[in-house]
Amino acid sequence: MITRFLIQGMDKRGLVFLCLIAAIAVLVPLANLLLPPGSLFHVPTSTMSLWGKYLCYALLAISLDLVWGYCGILSLGHGAFFALGGYAMGMYLMRQIGSRGTYGNPILPDFMVFLNWSELPWYWYGFSSFPFAMLMVLAVPGLLAFVFGWFAFRSRVTGVYLSIITQALTYALLLAFFRNDMGFGGNNGLTDFKDILGFNVQAQTTRAALFAMTCIMLIAGFLIARGIVVSKLGKVVIAIRDAESRTRFLGYRVDRFKLFVFTVSACMAGVAGALYVPQVGIINPSEFAPANSIETVIWVAVGGRGTLVGAALGAVVVNYAKTVFTSGFMAPYWLFALGALFVLVTLFMPKGILGTAQDWWSKRRKPEPVATAEPAPAE
Amino acid sequence: MSTALMSTSTPTLTSSLLYLDGVSVSFDGFKAIRGLSLVIAPGEMRAIIGPNGAGKTTMMDIITGKTRPDAGTVMFGGSVDLTRLDEAAIANLGIGRKFQKPTVFDFHTIEDNILLALKSKRTVRRTLFWKTANADQKRIDHILGVIKLGDARARLAGSLSHGQKQWLEIGMLLAQDPKLLLVDEPAAGMTDGETAETAVLLKEIARDHSVIVVEHDMGFIRELGVKVTVLHEGSVLAEGPLDQVSANERVVEVYLGR
Repeated sequence: MITRFLIQGMDKRGLVFLCLIAAIAVLVPLANLLLPPGSLFHVPTSTMSLWGKYLCYALLAISLDLVWGYCGILSLGHGAFFALGGYAMGMYLMRQIGSRGTYGNPILPDFMVFLNWSELPWYWYGFSSFPFAMLMVLAVPGLLAFVFGWFAFRSRVTGVYLSIITQALTYALLLAFFRNDMGFGGNNGLTDFKDILGFNVQAQTTRAALFAMTCIMLIAGFLIARGIVVSKLGKVVIAIRDAESRTRFLGYRVDRFKLFVFTVSACMAGVAGALYVPQVGIINPSEFAPANSIETVIWVAVGGRGTLVGAALGAVVVNYAKTVFTSGFMAPYWLFALGALFVLVTLFMPKGILGTAQDWWSKRRKPEPVATAEPAPAE
Repeated sequence: MSTALMSTSTPTLTSSLLYLDGVSVSFDGFKAIRGLSLVIAPGEMRAIIGPNGAGKTTMMDIITGKTRPDAGTVMFGGSVDLTRLDEAAIANLGIGRKFQKPTVFDFHTIEDNILLALKSKRTVRRTLFWKTANADQKRIDHILGVIKLGDARARLAGSLSHGQKQWLEIGMLLAQDPKLLLVDEPAAGMTDGETAETAVLLKEIARDHSVIVVEHDMGFIRELGVKVTVLHEGSVLAEGPLDQVSANERVVEVYLGR
């Protein structure tokens, strides 16, 4: 049943995406590990880690597309779920440091010693266990999304009001995590990681493995999101996006469907955050910054809302552009470029890169309109 | 759904399918409905007319749970208090509604529109792992035939004409298989030919469903040939066959004579 759920009605676009990511998952680590640094096809470790980061963002973008593109919930706080997943992973990595920290305390992370704390706070218990930490990567964002969504969707908070509340949610978490007495390292966050599952985080092989793992999780996230959107539940969710009260009068409990996709999406964002942290080596409260969540929305809009593949594409394209832009003389203008990009895409490519390309492609292939394919309604 | 039924169940009080008594509702001081009473028998088709602002749509909102009345009784099937249920629960009890402005899912195909309306368990889990059974597919095909959209099944509903959307929405009501259908201005914006066909379709539906039709078009109501209720300023002004109602002086004064 699970397999049928994951591959039902797989289309060409999805297959191309899956093959591409699978190929990257195998070839990039091999090109990094096996080829000599002088080779034309050698991939430096730093490049691999950078692309690993992009792929984490791609997973985050897919999770946002699931709620925004398909269910019409414009979450401006998805970065919060990403950061929470990241913190769960960061806490595991902190506990792995053991007595190798600056203060050599076998139990307490450095920042707790520095704050003169005498024992580990209760919410840090269990994070020395990898399975427990991975459970928390899913459970913490999922639970927050569930509780938040339960209240918001039951009270029928929609549209811009919901967007503002999600933005407030991530801002509130930003402020909370900045506080030292929260016990998450204050504004420095969690860093100075040593091991993951006994392997050195800095080692080239570990980085290659993390990259491959990111690809695998991106594939898994894509398959789950796709399974959801092509199922009948996906049709209900699109119906909610387009005509919420009509869906309600058909007998669907709209709040429960929204809650389901919102929670699944938050868990997915948490996984993306958890993969992100060991690859960049730090997690701090700035990940909760409202601007991050808004940037995620831009990736999805640029790539193509409601396409999943487009969201991933948008995340990679925009972040690649960001890397290029911010490392040159144009660095001070990046935010202007990003803003302009959003405005231009909204005005001239409302369907994003993928949607526009698809329209262009189908127009080229079918110059004469077929009797059954009348133009879609103007929007 | 069964729990919703049980929690609001009381011994059967009336043999009618729908029973409204002394229902009132006001918005910001404006009394949209005042002391409205209406009884629909099982299997009955009833036409409701009234000038703009008579409370026709508000009445439908109350029956379908969109609006809560300030006072009065709304009972379904003789024992279920509709004022205590929400839209989804009421829809699952078997009350379907067609809106004045045709509301279909523009970005779904016609077939998917019917599939979404098809009577089935509406839980998250059931829809996530849904597989269209042969019987369901047959039922969808049958409904597509009835509303004459079988050949267009793969088209997006957004590409349909106004009249076709009205029909698709009626088809969605059929797919829901409700005990009671509330139909708000089904002939609005239709050509004469389409209007006549719609009347035939509704009469066919009324054979095994109870139907309430709100309509302005007198010719359409005459074609339906059913009992008529005239609403005025939120309460019932007259009730009876169309000829008798249209001969009523007050009715002529507030509505027909203008």
